[in-house]
Amino acid sequence: MKTKSSSKALKVLLTVLLSVISLVWVAPIFLVFLNSFKVNTFVKTDTFGWPSGESLAGWGNFIKGMTFGDYPFMNSVLYSVVITLLSTFLILLFTSMAAWFIARVDNMWCKVFYYIFVFSMVVPFQMVMFTLAKTADSLKLNTPFTIPVIYLGFGAGLAVFMFVGFVKGLPLEIEEAAAIDGCGPIRTYFSVVLPMLKPTLISVGILEIMWIWNDYLLPYLVLDRTKYMTIPIHIQYLQGSYGTVDLGAIMALITLSIIPVIIFYLSCQKYIIKGVAAGAVKG
Amino acid sequence: MTRPIIFEKIGRAIYMKKMKNSNSAVNSTMITRPIARCFPIFLLPTVAAFFIGFVYPFIKGMYLSLCSFTTTSDAKFVGFSNYIKAAQDATFVHAFWYTALYAVVSLIFINVIAFFLAFLLTQGIKGTSIYRTVFFMPNLIGGIVLGYIWSMIFDGILSRYGTNILMETRYGFWGLIILMCWQQIGYMMIIYIAGLQAIPEDMIEAARIDGATRMQTLFHVTLPNVMSSITICMFLSLTNGFKLFDQNLALTGGQPFKWAEDGTVVKTTEMLALNIYNTFYGQSSSARGVAQAKAVVFFILVAVISLVQLSATKSKEVQQ
Repeated sequence: MKTKSSSKALKVLLTVLLSVISLVWVAPIFLVFLNSFKVNTFVKTDTFGWPSGESLAGWGNFIKGMTFGDYPFMNSVLYSVVITLLSTFLILLFTSMAAWFIARVDNMWCKVFYYIFVFSMVVPFQMVMFTLAKTADSLKLNTPFTIPVIYLGFGAGLAVFMFVGFVKGLPLEIEEAAAIDGCGPIRTYFSVVLPMLKPTLISVGILEIMWIWNDYLLPYLVLDRTKYMTIPIHIQYLQGSYGTVDLGAIMALITLSIIPVIIFYLSCQKYIIKGVAAGAVKG
Repeated sequence: MTRPIIFEKIGRAIYMKKMKNSNSAVNSTMITRPIARCFPIFLLPTVAAFFIGFVYPFIKGMYLSLCSFTTTSDAKFVGFSNYIKAAQDATFVHAFWYTALYAVVSLIFINVIAFFLAFLLTQGIKGTSIYRTVFFMPNLIGGIVLGYIWSMIFDGILSRYGTNILMETRYGFWGLIILMCWQQIGYMMIIYIAGLQAIPEDMIEAARIDGATRMQTLFHVTLPNVMSSITICMFLSLTNGFKLFDQNLALTGGQPFKWAEDGTVVKTTEMLALNIYNTFYGQSSSARGVAQAKAVVFFILVAVISLVQLSATKSKEVQQ
């Protein structure tokens, strides 16, 4: 009886401890929301206070932030969405096809490509950034609608690796049955193999979305910056090079860019946590 | 009576093996040949993009590290002099040691706290999934945004003492550690939770029945069983630490600066990736060959860490 009550007390203690840590964890996000309603000068001097009286800027920061630095913020949001969705779609479609090809044909060339794909995973971006930016520029891949080709190329390593691992575990008999029934490779792939790949498609898709949405350096170097920006580029541009910085307006923009991420996270967190864990253990 | 049976058994085994081989050979060509013919549809798009986005820039980058150049078209071969200049560059040497120190310190903090949290969350208390959700959340926020969130918070604290995060190197160092702990602990915690949940329950129960205390169970049963998770997390945080760029740029951008005796400016909180970037796109474009040489050294460093990780996880698997 004694051990039971002591373990109950321990559980209460644990719950309290974890709740306190959780509050600490959420605090930075909460502070951003709080400061997005404050007048510029008070963000630095009164970071932890509630916005009221003369420090309260209301929605002014959000309106100001939208057109701040002579580039409309909505354009950056739009380009971020376009680049992320288009690149993720391209990566999922083409790397899964390539991975199926590599796993099934499995000749010498496939092995060579596979090992180069795996090798590319350990190469940091700084190694290729200068030549990659020049190449992209000369091939006119410097717009939001063509940069997905670059993402497909640079991100292919991890995606191919994860898909090949999964395809090798799929039973061959199903595809054989499809072939006997007269399915060509293309039809076999799209109506038999692709549906079976769903769990890996979700994992890879989430990893790619998280990477591309938050990526700063690649789009910064590749895109034509006078015309196109993404959210991270926009925020860095305002904070880094724009004369007098209005911190309140920047916090408003950060708030705007965090809200969709949090909604996305809360609505499919089960898949996100699973996908990230899968990518980590394999990568 | 016994001999024929044995012979029959061996014969059947050989026959079955033959059947299996011929069977799979027939089937695999039936599957393989039509797919191989579809090479332009299945493999070509990815491989073409891979050549543009990785293979060509990588090879060209390797070559350019041996050249003197300002754009890729005016490269002149100069041999290994870029590497010698990189080794003599005080800012690069400083960035290397600063990055190494940062990577080791962040590795210790992140992994100890992440393991502690994972251990607490596997003790069967209520609301575990809520805590997990909260701790993991910062992972979804990008490095640039993270940097500005924390620079606001640190400046809010430090301004009470009449200073800010750009004033001293140690503020920037510990600021980055705190920032990365906030971001990465949730991630590592997820991997540790998976490792902890894979331990068979009766193992821990057996230890309890044998009279082991909580501490003894933790150190002699739990920890040895999650060694593979620990290896993965340690190397992940090590490579993450070495490759850090966005957070470094946004939080301090290398400030504060210090002037060395020969007049070179050493950015005291600048890490390797940022140092390479600044050498490429800094004031003098004549240093681009040196920057590319630094990038190659950086690549070899990261690749070696990854290879060590691979062999470490492989040997662990064999032991189990």
